[in-house]
Amino acid sequence: MWNKKRDEEPPRSYTPPPPPPKPAPVAAPPSPIETKKEITPVSSMPVGKFEPPNSSASASIGKAVKVVGQIYSREDLYVDGEVEGTVEALEHKLTIGPNGAVRAGVKAREVVALGTIQGNVEAHDKIEIRKEAKLVGDIRTARIIIEDGAYFKGSIDIVKPEPKTAPKAAPAAQPASTPAASASAPQPAHASAGSGDFKR
Amino acid sequence: MLPDKLKSMLRGPRAGQQASVPTPPPRALLSGKPPSGEAAVGERSSRGLEEFFRYVRDTSGLTILDLGPATQANINFITNLGHRIYTADFLQVLDDTFGLNDTVDQSNPGRIEYFMKQALDYPADHFDGVLIWDVLEYLAPALLTAVVDRLSQIVRKKSYMLAFFHADDKQDSVPYYMFRIQSLSTLQVAHQGQRRPAQLFNNRSLEKLFGKFESVKFFLTKERLREVIIKA
Repeated sequence: MWNKKRDEEPPRSYTPPPPPPKPAPVAAPPSPIETKKEITPVSSMPVGKFEPPNSSASASIGKAVKVVGQIYSREDLYVDGEVEGTVEALEHKLTIGPNGAVRAGVKAREVVALGTIQGNVEAHDKIEIRKEAKLVGDIRTARIIIEDGAYFKGSIDIVKPEPKTAPKAAPAAQPASTPAASASAPQPAHASAGSGDFKR
Repeated sequence: MLPDKLKSMLRGPRAGQQASVPTPPPRALLSGKPPSGEAAVGERSSRGLEEFFRYVRDTSGLTILDLGPATQANINFITNLGHRIYTADFLQVLDDTFGLNDTVDQSNPGRIEYFMKQALDYPADHFDGVLIWDVLEYLAPALLTAVVDRLSQIVRKKSYMLAFFHADDKQDSVPYYMFRIQSLSTLQVAHQGQRRPAQLFNNRSLEKLFGKFESVKFFLTKERLREVIIKA
């Protein structure tokens, strides 16, 4: 009964949308150096589009807030206001928003700068400096991504994460354990993966 | 009759005639970036860069100063060689200090001191190499002398610096570039706009400018750019 009405409808034929017109080629001006056009920013590493953090996933300091002192965070932190002092989020991501102005020493697992940082930055994993950002200070990190147009004055030390030391294997003199127990023994290859402490 | 090229080499520095340097047009007109936000880029080989890296590539742990704006390519390249890199956006500091329209004279001692503190405030014998690029062309004589003096203090003995100068001494404005290192001898140059050079140089005036350094070596490129290697 219900299906009957649908069956009476005439079948619709699919018509694909017309393809977009191709842009006309533009002749390049003559130049001693062979040139091509680029759209800034250019980076050798892909940079994702910035999206404000999900409020439930990280703590945030709003743009009308000023904090003077020491901040320790055990979750991701988004700073869009002013901070003077120190900021530490050792196991987490710290984002300085476009309105953020941090005059502080900064330590975090990962730092993303869209605003201003004046102070030394240690980012164990990586630091991203976006094109509108301004950073004056020394950086120690494992990886750095910097967009053209960003202002940076200071030094960069690339410090590779120290591989975690593998736990010592059981003494050979001991009797062999059951197959199940030996299968669960830690593998050195797995233990060395991931980030660890800094070394100079 | 001497050929024109030889004549221009033998001629004294146009910049030497300090009083005759015309008043530059507003820098804002010259330093504007391409309006579309796009920059023309090209790649070229660089003997100067090759020479510079010949001296710094085999030793790791050196400290290199890059006077251009911070770029991913340069940071990656230098740090992958095992060096530490400092960047100082020299032209940005120049514009911030002396204004976009040259309203403040670059020979003002107070301003020069302030500029030096902003741009080159480093301890003595701190660097093993300096990538100067083309920034020295835009400095008036008094400021240029102060900058070269400071450079001679902050680099270690036997270290090297790489600088570029336009070879055509009849230009009123020259293109300025962002230089990105692609390989030991290849640069990607991104055209950033036009600037009026405060001074133009020939080989003799460059030798005079870097007279307190141990040696100066020139490479003339087909783009009429002098690449200069200065040994401290």
